[in-house]
Amino acid sequence: MKLDARLTYGLLACILLVSAPHTAHLPVWVSTLCAVLLGWRAYLAYSGGPLPPHWLLLTITLGGVGGLLISFHTLFGREVGVTMLVLLTTLKLLEMRAARDAMVVIYLACFIIITNFFYSQNIPTALFMLITLLVIMTTWVHMQTGTLALFPRLRIAAVLLLQAIPLMLVLFVLFPRVQGPLWGLPQDAYASSGLTDTMSPGSLSKLSLSDAVAFRVAFSGNPPLREQMYWRGPVLWNFDGQTWTPGGAASSRVAQLDSLSGPIDYTITLEPHNKTWLFALEMPTRISIPASMTSDLQLRQKSPVNARLRYDVHTQLGYRANAEEEPFQLRRALLLPRGLNPRARQLAADWRASGGGDEAVMRAALRNFSQRGFSYTLEPPPLPGFNAIDDFLFETRQGFCEHYASSFVFLMRAAGIPARVVTGYQGAEYNDLGNYYIVRQSDAHAWAEVWLQERGWVRVDPTAAIAPARMQSGLAAAVPDSAVLPFMARTQSPWLLKLRFNLDALTNQWNQWVLGYNQERQFAFLTRLGMESVTWQKMALNMLAGVALLVGLLALFMLRRLTVRNTDAAQALYLKFCRKLEKTGIVRAAHEGPQDFAARAMLLKPQCADAIRDITARYVALRYSGRADSGALPALRHAVAVFRL
Amino acid sequence: MLTTLTQKFRIWLFRPKIESGTVTLNQRRIFILPTRQGLGFAFVLLLMLLGDINYNLSLGYVLTFLLGTTAMMTMLHAFRNMAQLEIRAGRVDAVFAGDAAQFVFHFHNSGRLPRYHLQLRDNNGHSVAFDVPAQQNAEVKLPLPAAQRGWLGSGRLTLFNEFPLGLFHAWSYLEFDTRCLVYPKPAAPTPLPASSAQSGMDILSATGDEDFAGLRSYVAGDALPRIAWKALAREQGLQVKQFSAQQGRELWLDWFLLPALAAERKLEILTRWVLDADVQGLHYGLRLPDIELPPDHGAAHRAECLRALALFGLGENPLPRLQERVARSAGRGQA
Repeated sequence: MKLDARLTYGLLACILLVSAPHTAHLPVWVSTLCAVLLGWRAYLAYSGGPLPPHWLLLTITLGGVGGLLISFHTLFGREVGVTMLVLLTTLKLLEMRAARDAMVVIYLACFIIITNFFYSQNIPTALFMLITLLVIMTTWVHMQTGTLALFPRLRIAAVLLLQAIPLMLVLFVLFPRVQGPLWGLPQDAYASSGLTDTMSPGSLSKLSLSDAVAFRVAFSGNPPLREQMYWRGPVLWNFDGQTWTPGGAASSRVAQLDSLSGPIDYTITLEPHNKTWLFALEMPTRISIPASMTSDLQLRQKSPVNARLRYDVHTQLGYRANAEEEPFQLRRALLLPRGLNPRARQLAADWRASGGGDEAVMRAALRNFSQRGFSYTLEPPPLPGFNAIDDFLFETRQGFCEHYASSFVFLMRAAGIPARVVTGYQGAEYNDLGNYYIVRQSDAHAWAEVWLQERGWVRVDPTAAIAPARMQSGLAAAVPDSAVLPFMARTQSPWLLKLRFNLDALTNQWNQWVLGYNQERQFAFLTRLGMESVTWQKMALNMLAGVALLVGLLALFMLRRLTVRNTDAAQALYLKFCRKLEKTGIVRAAHEGPQDFAARAMLLKPQCADAIRDITARYVALRYSGRADSGALPALRHAVAVFRL
Repeated sequence: MLTTLTQKFRIWLFRPKIESGTVTLNQRRIFILPTRQGLGFAFVLLLMLLGDINYNLSLGYVLTFLLGTTAMMTMLHAFRNMAQLEIRAGRVDAVFAGDAAQFVFHFHNSGRLPRYHLQLRDNNGHSVAFDVPAQQNAEVKLPLPAAQRGWLGSGRLTLFNEFPLGLFHAWSYLEFDTRCLVYPKPAAPTPLPASSAQSGMDILSATGDEDFAGLRSYVAGDALPRIAWKALAREQGLQVKQFSAQQGRELWLDWFLLPALAAERKLEILTRWVLDADVQGLHYGLRLPDIELPPDHGAAHRAECLRALALFGLGENPLPRLQERVARSAGRGQA
């Protein structure tokens, strides 16, 4: 059986649509090969030429798989799996000989749509999915109807999808959610972006170019000031001259917090970042999900956050942390790479020698930043040498927050003050439409913590000494106008601001209710709807009942106009006349024609004889004479209306 | 035991019955089961659902449920595509054995929805596909091979559709009392027997001056020289010249004059003769062991003779028609 060229074009459109979003992450040669194959198939359908022989297809397939092996070094894993699926589906088009092959292509197309959700599940992706489904359905209907033109097919497909949407919603809400995964996932199953647990010059400034949302925060009371919003992330202890790392052997001691003040409650919706740490305002004291607090005051989960995560946190803005730190930890907080950065060490030693204690040294260091011509920039000159801290402090004097945090901690340690680097985010953007705050990757920040007698670990943000605007109004205010900044970090015209707040509010709702609809949310939602003691059996029963009800309603609606009986208007009027006579006991028998009935009725009701004769004559003329007079029907209607017995 | 039970169940479910008149497809008559492709799709959906659960893909759930419910709704669509159709069998023209009998069915769709891609199929896999537009009639011709002379029934037919996605097969059984008369297959051209019993009155010696009497449409078996080529050239279709029969030339096509041959073979030869005699405009009669049709001419006579040949020896007595005919000729005689 040779397939219709129009069907082939439809299938080509389907594969083109489902593969298009994948071009962003497919190797370029795979995208190119697929495009060439699709073009070739379209040409064959157009010219009516024969499909390529099996040996040629086999050669291309083997070549493709070999290419994947070279590109990915493996044939297992998510990325390579998706790439292979797209490639093989495109090849399948070239050996499509029977209706069954076309069906297989349709099924594969549906599968490719689902693989796209590994990469993106936002609102535009969902809308694009609907369009793609419409094209797939239209092509699918073509396989059953053959000769039908495009527009009616499109209509049938649209009707099918529209009818399925309410049913889909019932299933989506009530289908019992299982906490995945069901089996072990490949290493690359989740995308990761955002902060890492190392810091070297340039790592944060690179991150600050990203508009991506890190998390969203909804405060239940008054929000804190912007400059108080330090979202604590990984704490870094070890320095090798270039890079800060967390260092192993963290203490198992429980962190101690006291002298608490400034309580604040809020809910964080964290985007998946595939790491174990959670973000919270300094210092968190309670969290609603199972998580532990390490001795250096980091919140950590057992498993990586690979799905959007919501949690409630209670924070105390005023605190005293680990006032009695273990000596072992304090020694760790003084370690420096041997022999590097001699000038910085000398500077710290000078400050220490001038007396005045730890706090005086700290002040001297901050004064050094604010008064010696340091500047805050996203594009600092590179520091390739061994003595990067020296080069920064005495030569370039241009840096981003990681330069200031890193060199400040170095100076403190050199002066004998225990210090460490803390990374995380600083600040947030308020969305007044959704009444929540957005923290983006461009808010990534690094600061320092020093340990002081009696006061414990104290936060010091050296960046604030150079660019206080960064803390108060964000990155855009702190860097020169010429700097390359992500679009979202720039303050824009009011309507543009409103538009993007609207969009983000919508995205937030989408994330919370559609993408974040997990077991927990489902239970909460169903309880709110009035379902008592939610169990999966109950949900399944409700789901079946809901589906049955909706299908029943749709069936009623669909099957209602299958037969149309046109009762003649004249007949309807005559029947009305008969009913009037019926009330007086003159009933028309089934076999009685209008004339016979009229004769009988006139005998029984001689006083109405004229009216009966008139109505019957008019009815007979209208219905049987075949001549339609435009005035005849209204005349009959009037005659029947005024007929009284 | 089990087979009888199955049999009984099938009879209860499908209610096999030969019908006449108009059949309306109600839900009692329409059956639906998933097709093989439908089962395949269910498997694909199951795989998708496992993927959604495993990778926690919310939008994947949306897609899977959307496809699943669409598939479910196509069951209703397949049902609706057939429901409330009114079907009646039409008149079937007689054919010669070896040709295809064109069974005619009239489908009436009184609803406002067009019905797409319905298929009518007999048990041997002969099928025809058609659409029935909204509030219209469709005349559907199902060609079935007519192998043997006699009556050919349509047998039990299946009306089915897999609209719109081919995931569900909705069907209904139809068995009408419609039948097609199958004439014997005409034998290869055989010379007509010599004009026998010439009645004394009007013997005409001249044979060439037959009067042209008009045209009639071509029937398989007509002689080539009789085809009106000019009419064909005027695009009036294939027609055959007819000549008024010569009253005097009476031809008896007689079963008993044929040599000893198989009965079927004799019928084939007689069929050929009837056709040839009709084309030549002869006045011919047909004599079979159980029936005798007196000499006459014209399309009705030709049909009468062919019918007698078709039903010869099949136990279906064409006698009533004979009596009717006798009565008719008697009436004519009186007039």
